[in-house]
Amino acid sequence: MTKPHPWMANSASDAKQEMLAALGVNSVEALFGQIPEDHYHSGTFNLPRQLASEVELSRHLNDLLSKNATAADNLCFLGAGAWPHYVPAICDEVVGRYEWQTSVFGSPTSDHGRNQAWFEFCSQIGALVEFDFVGLPVYSWGCAIGHAVRMAARMTGRRTVLIPAIMDPERLSVLRNYCEPPEMARHIDIVEVAVGPDGCIDRADLAAKLNDGVAALYFETPSYHGVIEADPAGLCQAATAVGAEAIVGVDPLSLGVLEAPGAYGATIAVGPTQPLGVHMNAGGGVGGFIASPDTERYAREYPTLNITIAETIEEGEYGFGLTLFGQSSYGSREEGKDWTGNSVYLWSLANAAYMAAMGPAGFEEIGRLILARARHAAQAIDAIEGCSVDLSRPFFKEFVVRFDSANVDTVNAKLRDQGIFGGKDISGEPGIDGQAALYCVTEIHTDQDIDRLVAALKKSL
Amino acid sequence: MTAPISNRSDARFEGYHSARWAEPVVMELSSPGRRGAVFPDAGPVPDLPPGALRKARPVLPEMTEHDALRHYLHLSQMTLGMMGVSLFGTCTMKYNSRIGERAVAADQLAEVHPLQHPDTLQGVLEIYANFNDMLCELSGMDQFVFQAGGGADAAYTHACVTRAYHASRGELAQRDQIVTTIQSHPCSPATANAAGFEVITLSLEENGYPSLDQLKSAIGPRTAALMVNNPDDMGIYNPEIKEWIKAVHGVGGLCFYDHANFNGVMTRVRARELGFDACMFMLHKTFGAPKGGGGPAVGAYGCADHLVPFLPSPLVVRQGQGFALDEDRPQSIGRVREFWGNAPQVVKAYAWARAMGAEGLREAADLSVLANNYMDKRLGELPGVTKSHPHIDAWRLEMTRHSVEQVTKDTGCTVVDIANRMTDYGIDALWLSHEPWVVPEPFTPEAGELWSKEDIDYWIDVMARVIKEAYVDPKTVKTAPHKGAIHQLKTDGMEDPERWATTWRAYQRKQGMAEAAE
Repeated sequence: MTKPHPWMANSASDAKQEMLAALGVNSVEALFGQIPEDHYHSGTFNLPRQLASEVELSRHLNDLLSKNATAADNLCFLGAGAWPHYVPAICDEVVGRYEWQTSVFGSPTSDHGRNQAWFEFCSQIGALVEFDFVGLPVYSWGCAIGHAVRMAARMTGRRTVLIPAIMDPERLSVLRNYCEPPEMARHIDIVEVAVGPDGCIDRADLAAKLNDGVAALYFETPSYHGVIEADPAGLCQAATAVGAEAIVGVDPLSLGVLEAPGAYGATIAVGPTQPLGVHMNAGGGVGGFIASPDTERYAREYPTLNITIAETIEEGEYGFGLTLFGQSSYGSREEGKDWTGNSVYLWSLANAAYMAAMGPAGFEEIGRLILARARHAAQAIDAIEGCSVDLSRPFFKEFVVRFDSANVDTVNAKLRDQGIFGGKDISGEPGIDGQAALYCVTEIHTDQDIDRLVAALKKSL
Repeated sequence: MTAPISNRSDARFEGYHSARWAEPVVMELSSPGRRGAVFPDAGPVPDLPPGALRKARPVLPEMTEHDALRHYLHLSQMTLGMMGVSLFGTCTMKYNSRIGERAVAADQLAEVHPLQHPDTLQGVLEIYANFNDMLCELSGMDQFVFQAGGGADAAYTHACVTRAYHASRGELAQRDQIVTTIQSHPCSPATANAAGFEVITLSLEENGYPSLDQLKSAIGPRTAALMVNNPDDMGIYNPEIKEWIKAVHGVGGLCFYDHANFNGVMTRVRARELGFDACMFMLHKTFGAPKGGGGPAVGAYGCADHLVPFLPSPLVVRQGQGFALDEDRPQSIGRVREFWGNAPQVVKAYAWARAMGAEGLREAADLSVLANNYMDKRLGELPGVTKSHPHIDAWRLEMTRHSVEQVTKDTGCTVVDIANRMTDYGIDALWLSHEPWVVPEPFTPEAGELWSKEDIDYWIDVMARVIKEAYVDPKTVKTAPHKGAIHQLKTDGMEDPERWATTWRAYQRKQGMAEAAE
């Protein structure tokens, strides 16, 4: 080291010498005696040059990251698991706080504020989905589905889950890992239920596949293709009638206008947290929630860490601490429920601030705005020669654009040249014949943006 | 004229008090009609099926933007984090650089969609590729993947890769066991179990680790993998680890190195050279990205060539002059989580590693081991403080497991009481030990390379002071904290289904029922 490092206090030599002297050794090397000689790496490490000065490091990072093109400088119509939404400035302020970024685990008193904010995340999710029990967030929506399905399998003792035949391939791939390969003793069978021409679950096929071996029905509203299920209560009722759990995946931003799963008979709700005040972060903004009734049947199967309000020893004061820790992997290792660990807890603070600022009226307004803007965009695209959108389907935020003859990959390349990220290419995916793209329109898209997209699409076909 | 506060000898001990805002739960701050966010008028909204429409508005707070901001800033102020001194063992608390935060907060990463065409992702992909190379250099592995959302998720990734590897050889049905040790992180046995394996846990022996004989008696044709850390959380390094790996390979199993405790061996050992097939680094701790109270995190999972085909997809690969996302990997386990990882954390970890360089990493390892042994020596001089395996006289690596069992026997004050009381001096709660506690009344500090000798001395001085208090005034210790944001929680109702409440809805309902019953 030529200079003391700004991030290492004891790299200034006095402190080091004082500690060596206290230990009575001449060099640090003497402290590594536990490691046998033949375990040492014999060569040097070929790493890029040290950038200890912030001025150099900052320039280097900026040089690299500026090679990205962004959804801020381009019009972005990509969704499918990460969505371009407006992130209120207060959310960035909240997650930027050093206290929260550097909190480790603490105690209910030393990290009281963070624990309360966690509780408020759970409380506000609970209010949106109308469930009383909400765990701390998990890695992603797909992971939330995986855990919910495993909870259902444990609760029912059954090993089959029904899912829509049209499901986001990202989430489905995650779920397949959670359900384990057929060689494993506790493998969960994934059975697809047909999706009808209206984009909703096919009720006849569902009836044919529901039986007393089914642990859970999982469906989403809005679906992967953005379709709003017409009768979610009927689907849940069909599942629970055979003793299966009704797990519903929802977009929390839709819940100002769409019914809460807890109100129509779902038994577990899951969904993404990124829409609630978290940037897309190249996919690093994703998170997931799990919610259910607050009965022991459900509560005792949660794999998450769970935070409860509790009294303190001071009359009238309350705080927040962990409950049901013993059933987590921290408490019970392999006897625990699945596993937990570091998740996306910092994002839950952005989510909490977002939901508090939005309030009931904010959710209602954003829901209506997204419905209206997406509908307007779909109509405008449908009017383009060579494109079509099924306007008979009610949809939220996302919709399928079909191309008569154009190739989506080629179209998207042309759109990129015009500063537009076209919808996700879903050609060849289940339920899609021919060329199609999944478009996402949210509160960030203006009428002028839609006009620009339409003009660019016309030029690109 | 009064002396400046810094000259008062007890100022640092007595001067601390947490912010205390008596902040209501956010729902209680609601006032009907107030708005914290408004949106443009939607215009005509399409008709929706009646069965899909929400009937009752969600019971969320109605408050202004300013009130929402102030509320959460109040809560942040009542969070100690690393504003005081936090030597939280096993989590390797480092400086979470502001330049890292600034870099990732800009639109050029924050406003990037993961499904953008790779041509528009060249900056972040280049960072992934460069950082992959650095981790390969540090570990000797051939490829890393950053999809796992935390250290435990990387352990789970390993369990999934293990399934795919043995399935590809037609041996998965036969290989249904994963072997670990009682000193491994709980996520190793838990993820092995969640992936469908039976878990075999080896116990510690005289030298502080399980014997090679015990391992050999536990492995065989049913062994799918070994999952271990080294050194463990007591700072004890298993010198027979190469022989362990040979034995497990000998029966056809894979070996996974949970490198959560990398700090002490950084730039000295390479996982692959020890024989491991795969390893995991925690970017949110070891590589300087924030822990954030529990993520977003990254378990960077790396492996040798023979496991690369099974890694989650996509992989970031070099292609011509640029970088691409490779999805065409037929033997891949697919996704353990959507997309390709917590990019901001990867960028921050890369920034940290670049700021350190090879010489900085070496210095960090040296300082962390030096500081730990300095702490170990000073703590050993405190009355009632012992450490695990005291008969082992070797210097420990980056942390040591200590015990206050004697203090508890003498005074009734447990390690939790002591931890609570230490927060009155601005020290964040200690890390005790993962379950099960093999050492009674345990605590596990880890100084790392960040904290100054003065901070470390202060931490030890506070513990000395609290132990003294335990002997003369145990009530003060047992009722601590006294200078916190709130008082000690009453834990009696927290495990009671009638009283626990993870949401405000549940709390109100249960309070109402309790009042009705009275």
